[in-house]
Parts: sequence; structure tokens; C-alpha cells
Amino acid sequence: MSLKIVVLAKQVPDTRNVGPDAMTPEGTVNRSALPAIFNPEDLNALEQALRLKDQFPGTTVTVITMGPGRAAEVIREAMYRGADGGYLLTDRAFAGADTLATSYALATAIKHVQPDVDLIIGGRQAIDGDTAQVGPQVAEKLGLNQITYTEEILSLKDGKITVKRHIDGGVETVESALPCVLTVNGSAAPCRPRNVKRVMKFKRCLAPMELAPETTYADLPYASEYEKKPYLKLGQLTCADVNADLQQCGLAGSPTKVKNVENIVFKAKESKVLTGSDEDVNGLIQELLASHTIG
Amino acid sequence: MNTSNNNGNPLPLKGAGGSVFVYCELEGTKVAEVSQELLTKGRKLANTLGVQLEAVAAGSGITGKVEKQILPYGVDKLHIFDAKGLSPYTSKPHTAVLVNLFKQEKPQICLMGADVVGRDLGPRVSSALHSGLTADCTALEIGPHDDKKNDKHYDNLLYQIRPAFGGNIVATIVNPENRPQMATVRSGVMKAEVLDPNYKGEVIIEDVAKFVPETEYVTKVLDRHVQAAKNNLKGASIIVAGGYGVGSKEGFDQLYELAKVLHAEVGASRAAVDAGFADHDLQIGQTGVTVRPKVYIACGISGAIQHVAGMKESGIIISINSDENAPINTIADYVINGTVEEVVPKLIKYYKQNSK
Repeated sequence: MSLKIVVLAKQVPDTRNVGPDAMTPEGTVNRSALPAIFNPEDLNALEQALRLKDQFPGTTVTVITMGPGRAAEVIREAMYRGADGGYLLTDRAFAGADTLATSYALATAIKHVQPDVDLIIGGRQAIDGDTAQVGPQVAEKLGLNQITYTEEILSLKDGKITVKRHIDGGVETVESALPCVLTVNGSAAPCRPRNVKRVMKFKRCLAPMELAPETTYADLPYASEYEKKPYLKLGQLTCADVNADLQQCGLAGSPTKVKNVENIVFKAKESKVLTGSDEDVNGLIQELLASHTIG
Repeated sequence: MNTSNNNGNPLPLKGAGGSVFVYCELEGTKVAEVSQELLTKGRKLANTLGVQLEAVAAGSGITGKVEKQILPYGVDKLHIFDAKGLSPYTSKPHTAVLVNLFKQEKPQICLMGADVVGRDLGPRVSSALHSGLTADCTALEIGPHDDKKNDKHYDNLLYQIRPAFGGNIVATIVNPENRPQMATVRSGVMKAEVLDPNYKGEVIIEDVAKFVPETEYVTKVLDRHVQAAKNNLKGASIIVAGGYGVGSKEGFDQLYELAKVLHAEVGASRAAVDAGFADHDLQIGQTGVTVRPKVYIACGISGAIQHVAGMKESGIIISINSDENAPINTIADYVINGTVEEVVPKLIKYYKQNSK
């Protein structure tokens, strides 16, 4: 038995390590100041896909990511770790998409590149939005069942998948028929590292969007490589390629609108500032006890 | 009825009227606290809008058991879906319940808990109805909105307010055109308050088969272990919370010791949880628990807005931090400039000395 697996992955700004220059003086996000990374839980998702590929030879793992040209880095990274290939879903028409318009674009792309998909796996949520919405929204758009908060795939046989998932206050083991959509927690198994041979093989992979304007693969150094090894040309899809309805893409297809954005300024309180000396700590404890705040 | 939208055409539910709906999450026959918190909020929103508050409860053997846990919050209409396959929760049947009920009732607002169930269900429903959904809101308000680009004015939209982008900004989101306006809210963010223990609301026992085709029961729950929460962070009057500055899992032992002498609970920031110093269920903040203790002792917590969102209503905030410019210090009543390692043992020592 071999499976056709699609992994949904996103390149995100690393919001975990935000420096003081992350915001512009106007209060907008200074994306250039934040490193772009593979969304952490999407790596956990990739690992689950690669484990199935190990278990069922002939299985293909195809990564789909939506974003600008530089997001193709996510596809290369996934290929270094074992994915077979991927598609960069990129178009100006996708810009400004909320989760619903994003899921529409992804669902449309999946129908286009892998209509007979067995399993769609993504991270539970992306760290730049923390919404956890795109996975279930894709599932609904494709009419598929979903298993969110996946911790581990326990078994897959006879067209059925059994999954252990985290729920509030506990765990649940559920079974679903294929095809279905899984979203994977960050506490699931970490992704395997890059494989050196695969890095050597795929490091020159490029999506057309990554080429300088007005140039083609023929203008690149090692142009002959791209002739001989078609896998070095990463898949790229536009809105038109997947027959997406423009009204459902990007800003136009997004029911949610950002009304305003405020930079965070804490309202400063009058704080008492103490040192860590014995005297200060003792004084604080006595004050709190005297006011019946503690004790 | 098919809830899936396979042809990709949106089915927007437009119109200004319509009730405020709250999806009530159940564990067996017990209504989740977060749902009661949202009913309380929903009542206020419905009053502002001059519309009814309606609730949805879907489960098994719940008729006669959930009404008293729901109606007193000021619910005008309670829709009960009682069928064997609806408990425990699985994605598709509950999606079908809401999607088909909403097609019929055309609510203007739908609220649900931002926990595993709400975050599994909300996006599916929004996807099927092509309505906007905002996750993990920390405040909900009603207000006008001007769409300058299209020169359109809207009254009485739901402001869905949430920290975004790693907590560096707070965004107000609106859904001008599509209904229902959907939002999820974490447990503890809103306060549950009974409006009237004898509030007279209508109870409608719905015919589940009309809403959920047999084909929707596709997930089999083979095994399920749910424990009552191991900690009582939400109800604690004193919390000792640790951040990345605690430095290690062992560093947290010190916090547990302080918590023990103060009869406090231990919490953690996301950074500490991500670093593996503390369990996930101890996380305080926008994507964790929201707390309102009398005393909050922040140990080595810098104070990202997502964390602050979950504890800013604490009575007295004590910040122990070696960085005197840590953002949390600006909302603290007491700032102790020092390391956690140095200060926490002293707190324990002097508390023991003075509390006799």
C-alpha cells in the first residue's frame, strides 16, 4: 500500500524572538527585522508524513506552501528532510488573505495537484497567528473529515487511520476513514534532521518566483543542471493555474477585516522598586502580611 | 442536507438582525465553564443589540440535565440536540448541527470556547458558511465601522479584539458583510454571572436526524481519558508564575516550594512551557489560562502582551526580574530587581519567619 500525502506548511516570521526593532515607529510590523522560519508545528506534521513514507514504500509526500517567492525555502527544507517535492502557491491575488481565503486557496491547490490525496497533514497552528483555523477550514472545503490536535498516528490500515490526540484535560484515540485531514501538535515527535545527501541533491532547487526578474533557469549558473534534472525546478502555482475564483482569494475573499491595530503600551502603574537584599525582601513580606494580602 | 461546500461557492448569511448564539460545550451532561462565561457575555451583547440570546447544546442524554445550567444566564431560546452519536464530541456531526441550524436561524453572532472543541468546530462552521472567525479574542464589543475604501458605513458590528503577531500588537477585527460574526474566547477571559436563576427561556428539542445525516458520523472514538484539571489556577487566590528566567525545570522546584508555603498555585509563561520547564496546562496567557488572583508573583517573566492578557487583572502583581526594564515591571505593584534564584528562597525564608 502506498499513500499520497500532502503536507501543508507555512513560512512564518519568528515571533518567538522579537527584538525591539520588530515594530516600526508607526506601529506596523517590521517583517524584515524578523527571521523567516519553517512554522514549528508544520515540522511536526512533516515528521508524521515521513514516518508513513518509511512504513509504506512508494508513498509520496508533497509539500504545499502559500507565500511569496522566498517561501519556497520551506519546500527545500522539507525535501532536505525527506519530502518528495512541493508546490509554491503564489499570486498577488492571494495577498491579504485571512484564514478562510487561505484555506480556499490551499483546498483548490490540493484538488489540482493531488485530487486522489489520502492524507493532508499540517501543523496545528502557525506561530504568527495562533488561530489553528486553516486545517479544519481546508477539511471542510474539501468535504473531508479531520483529526485536530494529533499527537501520534497509531496505525493505518484498510483505509482507516487511528490517531492519538490531545483534548482538554486528557487524550483520545480516534479512528477515521481516509482521506482525511490531520493537524499535529508541537508536542508530537520532532522532525528528523536534514539528510546531507538530500541537501546536496536539492540545494539548487528553485521556484520560478525566486529567479531575478526577466531571467529564466537558462540564465542561472549551472543552467545545464536545470536541463538535466527537472526536479530542481520547484512546482509553482498561480491563482489561474488552480482555477481559483478571484472573489474567494486574498483580501476580496476574506470576511474578516482588520479594523485597527494598536501597538502595545502598558499603562504604567506606580511600582515600588526593591532590590533582592534580605532587608528589602523581609520588608516586603512584612508589608504584605500586615495588609493581609498574604498569609 | 450536505454541510460541505464542495463546489466552492460561498453561502453567506447576510442581514443585520438575528440573535446572538452561544455553542455550549459539554462534558457528558455538564456545561463547560467557558460556555457559561460566553453566555454571560452574549447576554450583554444581545442587550446592546436589542436581540435575543440563544444557546445550542448537543450531546447524548442531556435533555432535562443541561437546561438549568444554561437558561439562568439569560438565554431566551435553548436548542437541544440529543442523540447517541453526538457524545463524545466529534467534528462532523457537531459541524452539521451548527451549519444547518445557522442556515435556518441566521444568527448575527456566534461565540464558542477557544479550547480543543471550539477550535476544532469553529473553523469548520465558518468555512462551510463562509463567515469570518476570529480566534482567542480577549475582548468583544459592539460598535460602528467605516469601510473607507468602499465608502460604506456599518453599525453594530462585533469588534473582535485579540493580541496578534506574537503579542506585539492588539488587533480589532470586524466581519462587515458575512454572518454570523464568529469568535472564540478562552476559558477565564470573560466572567460567568447568573442573570436570574429562574430566567424563563424557551427550550426547543430539535430533531437531530433533520440536521445531521447518518453519513456524518465518521469518527469513531475508540478510547478517551479525561481528568479533572490537575491544578486550580483559575480559582487560586495566589499564583507563583515562572518564566524563561527561571532557567530550568529544577528552577521550578523552588517556585513549587514558595507556592506550598503561601498556599498558592504554580503557573508558567509560554516561554517557560516551550522551553520544557513547565507543563502545558500551567500556561497562563492568551493561549493558556486567564487568571485573576489576589496576588500574582511573576518570577523571571518578561511580560509579553499574550502573557499579560492572561493575568493583568490580578490584584497585586509582584515582579521578580533581573532585567529592570522587563515590560511586566510597568504593570507591577512591586518590582524586585534580582534573580529568581536569589530572591525566591528569601521570600520563603522571611515568610516563614514573619507568618507565625
